[in-house]
Amino acid sequence: MTAALDREQARYIAAQAADARINFEIETEGMTLNMGPQHPATHGTLRIVAKLDAEQVVSAEPIAGYMHRGYEKLSEVRTYPQVTTLINRIDWLGSFANEVPFILAAERLMEIEAPPRAQWIRTALFEMSRIANLVLFAGDTGLQLGGQTAAFYGFRDREHVLNQIEAVTGGRFHPNFDRIGGLKDDLPKGWIAETKTAMAKVRDFCDEIDDLVTGNEIFQARNRGIGVIPADVALSYGLSGANLRGSGVDWDLRRDAPCGLVHPELDWKVYTHPDGDCFSRWWIRIQEIREATRMVDQCLDGLPSGPIMAKVPRIIKVPAGEAYVETENPLGAMGYYVVSKGDLGPFRVKIRSASFNNVSVLSWVLRGVYVPDIVAILSSLYFILGDIDR
Amino acid sequence: MSADTETEAPEAADGEAEEAEPRDEAREELRDRFAAELGDAVVDSHIAVGHTLWVRVTAEAWATAALVARDHLNCRWFDFLSAIDWLPSPYGRYEDDGLTPPEPIDQTIVTGYAGGDTRFQVFGHLVDVVDHHDIVLKADVPDDTLTVPTWTGAFDGANWHEREAREMFGINFEGHPGLRNIYLPTGFEGHPLRKDFPLISRIVKPWPGIVDVEPMPAVEEPEDDGDAGSTEDAS
Repeated sequence: MTAALDREQARYIAAQAADARINFEIETEGMTLNMGPQHPATHGTLRIVAKLDAEQVVSAEPIAGYMHRGYEKLSEVRTYPQVTTLINRIDWLGSFANEVPFILAAERLMEIEAPPRAQWIRTALFEMSRIANLVLFAGDTGLQLGGQTAAFYGFRDREHVLNQIEAVTGGRFHPNFDRIGGLKDDLPKGWIAETKTAMAKVRDFCDEIDDLVTGNEIFQARNRGIGVIPADVALSYGLSGANLRGSGVDWDLRRDAPCGLVHPELDWKVYTHPDGDCFSRWWIRIQEIREATRMVDQCLDGLPSGPIMAKVPRIIKVPAGEAYVETENPLGAMGYYVVSKGDLGPFRVKIRSASFNNVSVLSWVLRGVYVPDIVAILSSLYFILGDIDR
Repeated sequence: MSADTETEAPEAADGEAEEAEPRDEAREELRDRFAAELGDAVVDSHIAVGHTLWVRVTAEAWATAALVARDHLNCRWFDFLSAIDWLPSPYGRYEDDGLTPPEPIDQTIVTGYAGGDTRFQVFGHLVDVVDHHDIVLKADVPDDTLTVPTWTGAFDGANWHEREAREMFGINFEGHPGLRNIYLPTGFEGHPLRKDFPLISRIVKPWPGIVDVEPMPAVEEPEDDGDAGSTEDAS
């Protein structure tokens, strides 16, 4: 374990590496390090081929595609309600959030709007899938940096949220609950009180994880100043979510480009961090869990009464047109560019998934880092394989 | 360009005169700023009021358009780049049950917003994260060369997106540092997202959901009432 690098020094190394001038004087024989496709740090089947010079990475190439399922092609032969079943499986930790932008795009083309109660429940479930997703991130990052305990805490406390999602939707992982024009069902009895208890437990989890991981000296040494992504690089690569805000860019689609969800009516805060390193991305995600629990509480308090389904024809035909709807999902910006020709199913669906852009920055950010930092950077960029490969 | 502006202007005027359509002045102003910078290369545009601005540029100006959007409109956040094949699928929706002869499929190409003259189009979305506006750029891909300039000079993130568009649609991006496959195995033949690329699993075995897409029986009322009743109980 090397001593903590001071930030200036880390920047210097990154700059050196960017110029590919590492060990220019002493020619050493390089080595190729292959991580994956099956590796615990890659959350699935991402492969990283890194060329090393001693302990430093000279160049790294992420290789995706081991799990490509062709959802864009499959969407073209399905009807609109059937597509939600597919897109549930893109980011499988925050499934409900995947459905929302697609449904909103279809609703925009049909020029209908879900009734207020459906919008509020949608927002609550949207934020709950964020919690389910990010709580696992907190546990998983701890695990990858050598702390097993955090992982157990993460899996334990994610249950509180998953149970509540299951109580409404019937599915823990793939709710398939959002419908064009509203929601499948209303909330069950007693759910609101139980959810509030669950949110309190999640807040306790955040405090616990702050004590256990965030303040931990080893954790800080392995994350501070590591994997620094400046704001202009983050913008140019199209990073989103906590990866973008961790580089100091104040951009959150929930606040800045709201569409169809009730975020503008809630009291919450967007967190940014100027450092752009692994620690800042971690810190922002923990704050986002806290904010999400507050938002869920507010959604439940302000829940209007009324129907949960707008008047929608039994057989859904979407008028011809194009719509692009993007929401701030747990992993970052997720959008669907839906092209309709007035048919039962979409003509083309372009799925803009957050992890695809977030991972493409790897070959830039991994240059010049040390081998143990690869794992820290991978886990802090936080991707889900289904979200890269679609 | 002059011809285009002439055709565009009366349209806008018609819209005002006929039913006073809602206008989106912010997006119109954005489009005008973009057109002023790019000049003749802007072919057409479309505004979904309150939502999105589409601008179609010529294929030659595709890379310049990205630079103009980045430097003059301050759209510095690269969202995505992709392509679309406007040819209607010769296979329909793979819903033939094999009993009735398939209906003939109209193969005329109908393009979407901001028009188009070719089978393939590329499109990309750029966002200004400071002033919160965005623009969807489109360009026709010439049918003979299937080549457009690369965006990698303007946005590093375009690298992977163009690799994906190349393998899925067979569109070349001139100047791209390495158009290797990203999802498909090396040496894969064909471009899966093209409409004339068959979805083989549906051809080998008919879609079991065919029964679901038959017209629903006309009696819907009792079931609707049942739904409504249950939701009332639940709430």
